[in-house]
Formats: sequence, C-alpha cells, structure tokens
Amino acid sequence: MNTTGNRRTSLRLTLLSAAMFAFGFALVPLYDVFCDLTGLNRDAAQALANNTQVDASRRVRIELVANVQDGALWRFAAPSLPVDVHPGELVQVEYELENLSDRPLIGRAVPSYAPLAAAAHFKKIDCFCFREQRLAPHETVRLPVLFVLDRGVARDMKVVTLSYTFFALGKRT
Amino acid sequence: MEANLAHPLPHEQHAAPAGLWRWLASTNHKDIGTLYFWFAATMFLIGGLMAMLIRAELFQPGLQLVQPEVFNQLTTLHGLIMIFGVIMPAFTGFANWQVPLMIGAPDMAFPRMNNWSFWLLPVAGVFLVGSLFLPGGAVAGGWTMYPPLFMQGGISYDLTIFAIHLMGASSIMGSINIATTILNMRAPGMALMKMPLFVWTWLITAFLLIAVMPVLAGAVTMLLTDRNFGTHFFDAAGGGDPVMFQHVFWFFGHPEVYILILPAFGIISSVITTFSRKPLFGYASMVYATASIAILSFLVWGHHMFTVGMPAAAQLFFMYATLLVAVPTGVKVFNWVATMWRGSLTFETPMLFAVAFVCLFTIGGFSGLVLAMVPVDIQLQDTYYVVAHFHYVLVTGALFSIYAGLYYWLPKWTGHRVNETWGRWHFWLSAVSVNVLFFPMHFLGLAGMPRRIPDYALQFADFNRVASLGGFVFGASQILLLIVILKCIRGGEKAEARAWEGAEGLEWTVPSPAPYHTFTEPPEVK
Repeated sequence: MNTTGNRRTSLRLTLLSAAMFAFGFALVPLYDVFCDLTGLNRDAAQALANNTQVDASRRVRIELVANVQDGALWRFAAPSLPVDVHPGELVQVEYELENLSDRPLIGRAVPSYAPLAAAAHFKKIDCFCFREQRLAPHETVRLPVLFVLDRGVARDMKVVTLSYTFFALGKRT
Repeated sequence: MEANLAHPLPHEQHAAPAGLWRWLASTNHKDIGTLYFWFAATMFLIGGLMAMLIRAELFQPGLQLVQPEVFNQLTTLHGLIMIFGVIMPAFTGFANWQVPLMIGAPDMAFPRMNNWSFWLLPVAGVFLVGSLFLPGGAVAGGWTMYPPLFMQGGISYDLTIFAIHLMGASSIMGSINIATTILNMRAPGMALMKMPLFVWTWLITAFLLIAVMPVLAGAVTMLLTDRNFGTHFFDAAGGGDPVMFQHVFWFFGHPEVYILILPAFGIISSVITTFSRKPLFGYASMVYATASIAILSFLVWGHHMFTVGMPAAAQLFFMYATLLVAVPTGVKVFNWVATMWRGSLTFETPMLFAVAFVCLFTIGGFSGLVLAMVPVDIQLQDTYYVVAHFHYVLVTGALFSIYAGLYYWLPKWTGHRVNETWGRWHFWLSAVSVNVLFFPMHFLGLAGMPRRIPDYALQFADFNRVASLGGFVFGASQILLLIVILKCIRGGEKAEARAWEGAEGLEWTVPSPAPYHTFTEPPEVK
C-alpha cells in the first residue's frame, strides 16, 4: 500500500482546507477592496444620496460675517473664506467662539441677511443662533450652521451675506 | 495495519469483532458506512417528525398546535437536521460502502480517521436536537443563521454553532479520506476516466466539501466571536455588516447545494445504466458536466440574496452565471434519457426511483431557473415558491436518489434481495404523495404566501390543506422503507454476486453479502 502517497495527498488536502478557512475570514476585507477597485456599490450608494432638488446650473456665493458686541470678552470668528453653493444644496459651515474672560459667560447670536430679499430663501436646518451659548472661562467652541439656499432664490442674486452678531446675556462688568 | 494489508489473512481468521466494540472502534469501511446510514435514518425520523408538526400546524389558518417561537425552532432544526444530519451522512454512507468496492481498494485510505469522522456526528446531532430542551428553546433564526437575529438568541445558539463546527470537521475529514482513497488506491488498470460515475461525482463533491466547509466554519466562528468575545464582523453597532454574513454564508451555501446533489447524479447514473442494460451515454461529458457544475457553484452565491441590495452589474452577473448552470445539468438529464433510449428497460424499485428522480429533479431545476431571474426572484424571495423549489431538488432529487441507491445496493450489503412488492408500494405512495405535498406550494408562493410563518391568510387555506395531507401520507410511507430495510437485513431471497442482471462494475464481482474484507488482493481491471 502506498502509505507515503496517501500521507502526501492528505497533507495537501488539509492545507487546502486550512487555506479556505483563512479565506473565509479574508472575504471580509476583500469585499471592501473589490468594491473600491471596481467602484461597485460605491457609485450606487452615491446615487441614492443624490438630491434631485439641487440646481446645479448656477452657484451663489455666501459671504460669512461675524460681529461681536463686546470684543474684550469674546472672540467670534466666521470661516475665513466665502462658500459657493448650488441652490437646493445642503451646506454646513462652522463659526468659532471663544470666551476670553476668566469667568463663565452666556451669550446668543442673532442672524441677519443682505440683501434682505435673500432671507426668505435662506432655510437654516440647524443653527447655533437657536440656542444660548454657555462658555466656561477661556473655552473655545465650534458652532455649526446647516442650511439650504432654496431654489426659489432670484437668478440675479449672485452674492448673499449671512451675518451673525453675538450679544452677551446677563450682567456686564 | 500495513502488515495485514501486505499479507492478507484468510477471512475466517479476520472476521468482524462482536458486540458494541465492533461499532465504536470500527475501522472497516463497510461497518462505518452502515453506521452513517443508521445515523442518517435516525436523524431522518427526527427531522421528519418536525416536518409533520410543521405541516400539522399549517393544516389550517390560525395557531393550533405550536406557538410561533416553537414553529420557528421546528423549521430551523428541520433544515439543519435534514441537510447536515440526513442527506450528507447518507451520501457519505454510500461513499464508505461503495467507493472502495467500486475502485477495488481494500478499505479507505485512513481507516481510523474514518471512525473519528463518523463518531463526531452523533455528538453534533445530540447538541442540535438537545438544544430544544434548553432554556429559550432551540435556534429559531432559520437554518441560514443570519445575523442580527442569530446574535440575539440564548445558549442554544452557541451550541448550534459548536454542532456546525463538529459536523464541518467530520465532513472535511471524511472528504480528505474519500479523495485520498480515490486518487491513490484505485486497482491497477482503473484509470480516472474508467471510474464509475458515482466515484467521479464523489471525488468532485469531496473537493467541494474541502473548499467550502472551512468557509462555513469561518462564518460561524465569526458569529461565535461576535456573540461572545466582542468582535464586530457582522454587528452593525460596532461597524460590522450583517449583509457580509450572507455573502460569506452563501459562498459556502451554494456549493453546499451541489454537494447535496452531485453524489445523487452518480447513484442515478449507476442505476439507470443497470436497468437499461446499456453503458452510460456520454460518460466523458458526464464527468465534464459534473466538474463544470462544481466550478460554476463558486460563482453564483449572489442569487440567494438578490433582495439585500447589490449593484445592478452584480445582479446581472449572478443571474447569467446561474442560468449557465442549466447547461451542464441539461447535459446530464439528456444523457440519462439517452441511456434509457432503446435500452432493454425493466422497472424494479431502484429504477422506479431513478426515473422519478430524472422527472421530478428536472421540475425542481426548472423552478430554479425561474428563481434565477432577478425581477422574478425579487417577487418570489422568501415565498413558498422557493420552498417548493428546494424541496423538489432535495426530496425528489437527493432523497429519491438515496432511495434508489439503497434499493440498488442493499442486496450487495445484506445478501438478500429486497422485497419487490413492498418496495413498489413504498415507491408509488412516496412518488404520488410527495407531489401532492410540494406541488401546491408553487401556487402558494406565486400567490404570495411567505415561508417560515405559522399562520396565513384565509385564501391560502385550501392548498395548504392539500399539501399537509400529502405530507402526512409521505411521512407515513417512509415507515414502509424502514420495514423493507429491516426485512432485507433479516432474510429474504438469496442475492447472487451480480444481484441485478444488467449490473456492471467491480462491486458485483465480490459475493453478496460483501465479505468483511474485500480486494485485499487488488483486482485486475481490463
């Protein structure tokens, strides 16, 4: 009987089954690699998220401005660059607020728009101006605004300015 | 062992040991084959009783016998038991008995590993069935074990994973044994392309098992570590992906489907050639068709999960690859019909089951083609149409081929001819009732009845009642088979070495019953 032959064959088959066990685990990362290489399931996932309400034919420049009433207590900064958005597109920007004093402060931002006609089309989904801000001494926070400039905005309106003015609340010293 | 093989002892001095130890410690391929069959028979009884309970609950709308949790446990265990506990062990039983006899080998390549592969199975079977009695009951998430549901169950889920590990280890060892036996231990002159088709189909099945059983073991291991050790392969809360499990599972699952049917093709080829008294039509094309089916099986797993979300390109690929499987399968059906064409046909019980296999398996194949089409599958996913499809291929396909093989080789194993009258009763009762049982399920599925649900809308009541009645008759008919086998073991007309007039092959050159040791001197194959 060919015992060595049997041993060799069974060893090879055992190695094959061990390799397939490892392959089962390798399938988990391999799927990601495969989809990245081929673009499968990547474009499709994007397509699902596409918003048909976006008017890609034009852009509106949004200038972002920050004012603060009492510059000794607060530092309030807008993003340094304006953003170009398509009407209908969901956009997020972040302002920054810092308490320069040694005590806790409470304040609130009030928005305004220029030109005034843009205000009706400026839809804020989430804004820090909805809430009071409470900052510990020397705390810095980033304040997001999530907005859509809706498709109804006039075609000749090329630039819209969003301005926030920050007011301290409560007693002043 | 080697010494014994080199200098074979006369049979009188080396007969079967007596008592329980003969079975516990057996290294004889015939004894182990017999053990596999009795294990499959026991599990068939348990899984069959579960099916009877399911059909009784579905006899009329509303909840009568079992609560939904128990119903889910029954469907889950029925699936796991029938696949891993019945069809696979029964085919391994055939391989143990027949492969050495058909290729002229004295035994399997690794007789001790053979013993170990078998004795893992009863342990796994006890875990599976015993989990019914644990707190919370047995697994109820479906035999496919999909997370997140499978993450949420109790101790029985871990026990089921362990049972799958054991059955997987058993299958892998069994397959390594069978493949090594076939590759290395053929009698001189038995070239690969001279092997009986049953041996070929088992060789290819063994390779499929070695390739995909470890992947299943990996998938359930990932489930186990997700459940108990804080990994997040499939747990979305930790960044895992539950759909990933379906991809890994069906990468195993689809080849598994062919593991359950390829040996059937081999058995049917043996039976049809014998009772047509003609050599197999298109032997080489049969071998190539089997190999093609095996290769294609690795490329079609996505068709089990068309509805989980998949790019259109992937859906099209899986659809076309699946439809392609029909080509080699069609070659096989064509060859069986061509073998029967102008043969001197007689219809003894094995042949009856083989002919029924060819007709009914083809129906299951056709409903598979229907399901392969993406737009149709999205409609029919998880309906009774799918249940009808896989029961046609597994019951009237795999199970009927096992019946055909049992009736065909029992004379060789027991030395007695099978009682033909009882066999025919068993055949006709089974063949009629199985269609009453499963055919209406096509209509139920097309009408939208979902699977795995114990209650249903009133308009499904009539077809369900018909199916249940068919199910009860089919279940009861299988008692006949048990009686036939017991009668055949205990006595009956003496079978000659060549038990069937048209039978060809090495197994018919040894006396019936086959002596405890055969081919200790390799036979000459011309």
